[in-house]
Amino acid sequence: MSASTQALRPQPAPPRRSWLRPSVREALWGFAFIGIWLVGLVLLTAGPMIASLVLSFTDFNMVRPDDVKFVGLDNWTRMISDPTIATSLIATLKFAVITIPVTMLASLGFAVLLNQPRLPAKGPLRALVYMPMMIPLVASTLVWMGFLNTNTGWLNDILRALGLGGPDWINSTLWVYPALSIMGLWGIGNFMLINIAGLQSVPTELYDAAKIDGAGRWQSFRRVTIPMMSPVLLYNLVIVLIGTFQYFTQAYVMTNGKGDPDNSTLFMNLVLYREGFVFNHMGYAAAIAWLLFVIVLVLTLVLFWFSRKRVYYAGGDR
Amino acid sequence: MTVVGVTARETGRSFSDRSPVARAYRRYLGRSMLLMLALVIIGAYLLPLLYMATTALQQPGQSTTPGAPIWPAVPQTATYQGQPYPVYAVPMPDGSTRSLMLVDPGRESSTFVDPNDPSQTPIEWQGRWRTLQQAWTFAPLVDNFTTAWTQLNFPLLLRNTFGVAALSTIGAVLSSVLVAYGFARFRFPGKNLLFIILIATIILPFQVTLLPQYIMFTRFGWNGTWLPLIIPHCFANAYNVFLLRQYFLTIPRELDEAAMIDGAGPLRILRSVVAPQSIAAITAVALFHFFFSWNDFFVPLLYLASKPELQTVSIALTSYNTLYATQPTLIQASALMSMAVPIVVFLLAQRAFMRGVVVTGVDK
Repeated sequence: MSASTQALRPQPAPPRRSWLRPSVREALWGFAFIGIWLVGLVLLTAGPMIASLVLSFTDFNMVRPDDVKFVGLDNWTRMISDPTIATSLIATLKFAVITIPVTMLASLGFAVLLNQPRLPAKGPLRALVYMPMMIPLVASTLVWMGFLNTNTGWLNDILRALGLGGPDWINSTLWVYPALSIMGLWGIGNFMLINIAGLQSVPTELYDAAKIDGAGRWQSFRRVTIPMMSPVLLYNLVIVLIGTFQYFTQAYVMTNGKGDPDNSTLFMNLVLYREGFVFNHMGYAAAIAWLLFVIVLVLTLVLFWFSRKRVYYAGGDR
Repeated sequence: MTVVGVTARETGRSFSDRSPVARAYRRYLGRSMLLMLALVIIGAYLLPLLYMATTALQQPGQSTTPGAPIWPAVPQTATYQGQPYPVYAVPMPDGSTRSLMLVDPGRESSTFVDPNDPSQTPIEWQGRWRTLQQAWTFAPLVDNFTTAWTQLNFPLLLRNTFGVAALSTIGAVLSSVLVAYGFARFRFPGKNLLFIILIATIILPFQVTLLPQYIMFTRFGWNGTWLPLIIPHCFANAYNVFLLRQYFLTIPRELDEAAMIDGAGPLRILRSVVAPQSIAAITAVALFHFFFSWNDFFVPLLYLASKPELQTVSIALTSYNTLYATQPTLIQASALMSMAVPIVVFLLAQRAFMRGVVVTGVDK
C-alpha cells in the first residue's frame, strides 16, 4: 500500500489527549453542563431560603436596610396573635375547600368528555378548553369580573332568565369563593391534558375484563379508571394545592390588593405582599413566607402519606 | 320487512336495526349528539369571551341602560321632515308590533310616523309612550379600542412585554437545554439526588425566596429595570429541564457515538446531533416560557411599578382597571387587545403546547 492511497482513506480523528480517566472526564462534563443550574440553586433558591429564615428573626426594613436588629421570635409570636394572619388563613382554607374539588372534578369531567372514542374533532375541542390558559391572568380576571357583575354581568342575566335571583358574586363574603372558583375554571387546561394522558394509559384489557365480570360503565370507571389514574390525580392534586396557597393575581386585580369584601379575599399571599412591599416589614413578611412554605410542605407530605395505600403505581413499588 | 332467515334470536329487534345503513346512521347520530354536547359545554365555558367581545364593541353606558339588548347597539332613530326622531316598538290594536318613530309625545296619546313610509298619515296611538320599548339597531363601536390603545400606550407596552419575554426565553431555553443535556447524557456522582432536588423545587413556593431576592436585586441596583425579570430565568427551571431531558433520553445514543468517533466533543454533539433532533421539545419549552413571561404579573409588579416606560401589558392593565373600573367598555377592549397575541400564537402552535404539558405531567 503506497503512501498516497493511505492519505486518501478517511482518517479517524486523533483521540484527544487527556490525563484524566474517561469516567472522571465524563463527570466533569456533566457538572459543567448542569453547573448553571447548580449556581442558580445556590444563589437564587437555597441561599434566599436560608436568608429569609434568618430575616424572619430580624426587623429588617427596606427603608433603613443598614439598621437591622435581631428580634428573636418576635415576628413568629406576633404572627400567632395577629388577627390578619388568622383571617387570611381562614380565607385561604375556605377558598381551598371549594376550589380544589371544583378544579379536580371539572378537569376530570372535561378529560372524560374529550376522550370519548366516538367524539369527532377531539384535537380542536381540547385546544379550545386549553386556550384560556394563554390569556394573561389580569385580562381574564377583568373579563370574569364583568361577566360576574351583579347587575350587568351575563351570568346573573342568565340566572334571572331562569327565574333565579343571581347572587352578589364578587361583593359578597360568601359568594366570592364560588366566584373565584368559577374564574379558576379557565386554568384547568394543564390538568385536563394530563388527565387525558392518564385515561389513555389505562390498558384496554382491563376494561374488557371488567365488562366480562359484568361491570357497567360507572362501575368500570369507578373500579378501573380511577385506580389506574390515581398517580396522575395525585400529581394534579399536589399542583392544585400549591397553586391555591400561592393565589395572588386574581385577588389582587379584583380588589387592587385590598382583599375586599370585608377581608374575605385577603389571602395569605396578599398579606405577605402588603407586609413586605407596602408596609416594608420585610422581617415579618419573611416569617409569613416561611409559614406558608411549612403549611404547603406539611400538606404535601400529608397527601403523599395519605395516598400511599390509595395510589396504584403500575410500574411497581416506588 | 319480510326476509327469510330471521332467526328467533333476533326477535325483539327489527331487522332494519341491523342493516349496515341503519347502523351507520345510528353511529352518525351518536357522534353528532356527542359533538353537540361537547360544543354546548365548551360554549358555556368560553361564554365570558363573547361577553368581552360584545362589551368591547358597545357604547359606554349601554349595559346599564334599561331595555338595551346585550349585543352592541344604539337606539334607532329615523328622520322625518329633516328632524331625527327615536324609534319605538309600538304594539298595534290588531296585536302586531310595528317600529314607528315618535314625532309628538303626549301623556296619554302620542303621534307616530312609519319610518319606511313617512308620507303616510301620522298614526295616533293611545297609551303612555314611556312604557314602550325603544328599538335598537346593531352598531359595533370601534372607538373603545382606539381609545384604550392610545390611553394605555399599547405600542410601548407590546414592545416592552415582547422584549422581556424574548430575552428571558432565550436565557431559559439555552440554560435548560444545557442542564437537561447534562442530566440526560453524563454519569456523575450525586446525579440522582440532584435530579430529585431539581424536581422538588417545583413544590417550593416562590414566596420563600422572594424577599431575599428582592433585597439582593435592589442592592445590585436592578430595581426598576428588566434584569430581575430576565436574569433569574437564565439558570434553568425544573419543568423545562424535565421536559427536555425526557426528550433527549429518546434520542439513540448511537448518534452521539457516531459523532464522537468523528471527533466531536460534548458541546459539538449537543449542537449538531441532540438539539437538531429535539426541535419539537425545544419549541414547546420556548413557547411555554415566552407566554409564562408574557403573562407574568407578580414579578413585574414588584420591580416595575414605578417605571411606566418599562412596564409590561399586565401591569399597565391593572392600573388602567383601577382608573376606569366604571367603564366596562374600555376595560373589556383593553383586555381583548392584551390577549390577542397569546391566543393567536397558541391557536397556531397548539400541538406543540399540548404535547409538552403531557410530558411534564405524566412521565414522572
